[in-house]
Amino acid sequence: MNLSYKWLKEYVDFDLTPETLAEKLTSSGIAVEGITNLSEELSDIVIGEVISCEQHPNADKLSLCKVSDGQGEYPVVCGAINVAKGQKIVFAKIGATLPGDFTIKAAKLRGVDSEGMICSAKELGISSEWLLPEQRDGILVLDTDAPIGSDAIAYLDLDDYVMELDLTPDRGDCLSLINVARQVAAITGSRVRFPDIAFNEVITESDKGIDIKIEAPEDCPRYVGKIVENIQVGPSPFWVQNKLRNAGIRPISNVVDVTNYVLLELGQPLHAFDYEQLQGQQIIVRRSKKGETIVTLDEQERTLDDTMLLICDAARPVAIAGVMGAENSEVTEKTQTVLIESAYFNPVSVRKTSTKLGLRSEASARFEKGINYEQTKVAAQRAAQLLSEISSAIPHESETDVYPNPIERARVSLRFTKVNQLLGTSLTNEEIKDILKSLQLEMVEDNGDSVIFQIPAFRPDLRIEEDLIEEVASIFGLENIPVTLPYGDTHKGARNTEQKIRTRIFEVLKAAGANEIITYSFINRNHLDKILLPENDLRRNVVEVLNPLSEEQGVMRTTLIPGILDNALRNHNRKSENLLTFEVGKVYYKNGFPEKTELPEEEMKLSVFGRGRMAGDWKNKAEEIDFYYIKGMIDALFSSLKINDIEYVPANDSGEYHPGRCAKILLGGTFIGYIGELNPKVADNYSLSGRNYMAELHLDTIITSCEEKISYRYLPKYPGMNRDLAILIDDQIRAGQIVETIEKTGGELLRNVEVFDLYQGAQIPEGKKSIAFSLQFQAEDRTLTDDEVSIIIEKIKQVLEETFAAKLRD
Amino acid sequence: MRQQLEEIKEKTKKVLEENFNSEELNDLKVKILGKKGELTTILKEMGKVSAEERPVIGQLANQVRDELQQVFAEKQQEIKNKELENKLKEETIDVTLPGREMKKGSIHPITKTIMEAEDIFIGLGFEIAEGPEIETDFYNFEALNLPKDHPARDMQDSFYITPEVLLRTHTSPVQIRSMIEKKSEIPLKIICPGKVYRRDDDATHSPMFHQIEGLVIDKNIRMSDLKGVLLTFAREMFGTEQKIRLRPSFFPFTEPSAEVDISCVMCGGKGCRVCKQTGWLEILGSGMVHPNVLRYGGYDPEEVSAFAFGMGVERIAMLKYGINDLRLFYENDVRFLSQF
Repeated sequence: MNLSYKWLKEYVDFDLTPETLAEKLTSSGIAVEGITNLSEELSDIVIGEVISCEQHPNADKLSLCKVSDGQGEYPVVCGAINVAKGQKIVFAKIGATLPGDFTIKAAKLRGVDSEGMICSAKELGISSEWLLPEQRDGILVLDTDAPIGSDAIAYLDLDDYVMELDLTPDRGDCLSLINVARQVAAITGSRVRFPDIAFNEVITESDKGIDIKIEAPEDCPRYVGKIVENIQVGPSPFWVQNKLRNAGIRPISNVVDVTNYVLLELGQPLHAFDYEQLQGQQIIVRRSKKGETIVTLDEQERTLDDTMLLICDAARPVAIAGVMGAENSEVTEKTQTVLIESAYFNPVSVRKTSTKLGLRSEASARFEKGINYEQTKVAAQRAAQLLSEISSAIPHESETDVYPNPIERARVSLRFTKVNQLLGTSLTNEEIKDILKSLQLEMVEDNGDSVIFQIPAFRPDLRIEEDLIEEVASIFGLENIPVTLPYGDTHKGARNTEQKIRTRIFEVLKAAGANEIITYSFINRNHLDKILLPENDLRRNVVEVLNPLSEEQGVMRTTLIPGILDNALRNHNRKSENLLTFEVGKVYYKNGFPEKTELPEEEMKLSVFGRGRMAGDWKNKAEEIDFYYIKGMIDALFSSLKINDIEYVPANDSGEYHPGRCAKILLGGTFIGYIGELNPKVADNYSLSGRNYMAELHLDTIITSCEEKISYRYLPKYPGMNRDLAILIDDQIRAGQIVETIEKTGGELLRNVEVFDLYQGAQIPEGKKSIAFSLQFQAEDRTLTDDEVSIIIEKIKQVLEETFAAKLRD
Repeated sequence: MRQQLEEIKEKTKKVLEENFNSEELNDLKVKILGKKGELTTILKEMGKVSAEERPVIGQLANQVRDELQQVFAEKQQEIKNKELENKLKEETIDVTLPGREMKKGSIHPITKTIMEAEDIFIGLGFEIAEGPEIETDFYNFEALNLPKDHPARDMQDSFYITPEVLLRTHTSPVQIRSMIEKKSEIPLKIICPGKVYRRDDDATHSPMFHQIEGLVIDKNIRMSDLKGVLLTFAREMFGTEQKIRLRPSFFPFTEPSAEVDISCVMCGGKGCRVCKQTGWLEILGSGMVHPNVLRYGGYDPEEVSAFAFGMGVERIAMLKYGINDLRLFYENDVRFLSQF
């Protein structure tokens, strides 16, 4: 909401600059987001009169005017079509400044002297958004009673500051000047001035009447109707237009403008019906019927359900209560009598209706936050008064006020100790009372240690003790609350085991040279096809988002692979060819949801991805990232987590991997994920050229089997012995099988087996490979002898020959 | 013989004044002092010397040998030094060539910021709580004093899975879950970091982002304690000169509520473009936990009081590292990531 600094001063006296006011309001809970000085670039602009207006001798489209500022007369050449003799206009004399760093100078236009400029609204910095249609082109023509020679900036209320309020949902009361004024009064110790309501002339007897019937009193506790006759619909005077414009509401016509004026001034939304269009001199407030339709003022046909509240005449709906009026009873140029509606609608009902219809208005924004239920009648009177002031309108003397069950003001009790206990302050009882009284809360009971306050009708947000404590804190100033730390028993803070392990995983992968990425938890469903998941894959069991921003974020991911591949492509497109990335994040499975479980299942996963080369330099060529590189990283991770029981089993059952270059990873026999080369078809689907490697692991399983305790193993006392063993063997036999056989045969003394060479090519027969192992022998209690070890080696050789037809190489 | 000894001494000394390498020196040493060397040869003649002269000559011979050995040793050291010097000269390398490249990994700035915040709060006695990202309406809204049709639900446009289940819009539901799990025990001091989701996607909003929520429940928890904890956090995170400012605000789950600003990390509070000349930057929302929320969590608001706060991790990370574009976090450009 835009708050006019100048207009606010009509309701409360204060001696604060706009900046200081903004600061004080902000620190009391009414946040001011920004201040605009409307006259920042304007100076020396006065109201003038066009004394004469003739055709320019040398230009068809220009007029030669004489403008008076009450003291002198100035020749002015004007290009506007609408300029005419007798008009009151905005006159920028020589030396005046206008927006855009524009200073008026004496000029000769087509041979004729021009000593000033007649301004258009645009030249004054007023956007056409805030203008009547006839003001949008040409010069701005002022009201005929505009005083010649006086300051046009003040006349147009451009000597104002617009303060942009960023109100929290509980402070809907400050969507009105009068309630902001109340807040200012509380801060400054000043008093609020409520506008005087008086009428010069009223109609006491008329055949025009209104009968109001509320059929849904819960949705509409109060409804006031006031009739105003003898209307001539037309533009409002400038002082009304200016105020609306500065508040960010477009002036339309005097009737509509007055309803908006009161909306801004008192926070009471009003609606004006064309009385002659209402049938049967009747207003009925009732719930709509399912499927009932209404054409609203914005020319849209709206279909209603049976929860919405309607304002109807004897025959048909004429407004959606609190939201928008209907076209059928709209005020037009021909309107002569209006019925002003001022009502209090149930906030929840208005909110539900406007949400369902997707229709928000200045009115609904106020109703749904709860307005002042005691101001309903006054607001209708105020509108009638303003209408009669700015036009020929004459209001009826009385109004119809239907208020079957008057709402009682809330009472809230407050314990003084609670205030200081919750805030950490040491305010006296008197100080607390004074603050609340300054907010116009009425103390109705004083019990020494506690008090009961009656809450004024304009503060529906104050309901419980804590609400009052908040008011005390805001007015006392949060900056005045001391700074302390909690005392009493404290625990030692810490990460739990799972969190510690996760932290370690981050550290290990970072140390291995990988960059952590974070991608969105939602993905496009088509990724599941792009990564070639089989139809029956569990990862197709996705949780769908009902209202995604786009298909790109349509389902919750069941795998981290799409995110990491999309990211690889993005980096590839930005010429980052060498990538080593990882992500730790949740995936989501539908499983029994929503039939059997309250929520979908969530699981933490880890993905690792690599392509291109590792670091290289002038001395060592960069190593290409391959399957074994990623496997090495995963092994390093397990080793740092003290997980030993890991097995890699060849796999070809997961579509996203190369069928010949993929392994299932088992931890103690339990499946924990896949590692492999990205299936070239999938790579193609993601436009990722070259070879790509990745792994995806179930982190939860890893974390539960992770041994946090490190148990030290004694260093051997006796020297061990190393032997190498090279064999020629069928290409199809996997290193893992051979190592396993060697380990089994080697027995206790064989401490470790490592592959140290693999060779295929020249001198090796087709379909064979040469593979070499380094065997480490060690006894705990003695120095091993050559003979002992040789016996074991011989046995291993024999078993390898028998099992794999391996041939020994020297 | 005496003369012979003197001669060999003088001769050797003279020869040694010339340049040798260590091999040549060794050869010379053998030639003079070796088993078949010149000195030994002379000494073999000792038998021919008269009995009276023998001790005198013997002593002289020893003297000459010791002296020569000494001279050889000195010369040897000299040569060794020289040779080492030459060797070191030859081994000079170009130290300006770049060092061996090591691939440097990185932790995402969001994770890094969360970890740092965690460490600060752990130091203040907090534990770290986590919870599901897909939540029920009850935990995400209702138990946080946000009943259906509450206007404040507008503040958070949500992604729904079913009408009753949604992607959590804040990490606050973890508070409720932790409270219920704790079964009214005090003190409860937790922070809850994690991903949250809102239907917003533009230059300053990401549909997925991160929050850290904090909650402290105990007897006699005061708003002044909230100020103390947040001031400590701000100083640990952004520097010891930090100041904080609380402004009244509204959150359905706290009453009183306050937005918290820190002095601008760019200008130190003098006013600049980043802080819109105010000297302050808003970093989090906070307040005293609403009695309804305490009740939902199984605590009696007459027995205990509590404060809570919640901050956007992206915002903190942007301020901490001077990142000016939110989207960088989710583009995961390795050139960006590698800087952390």
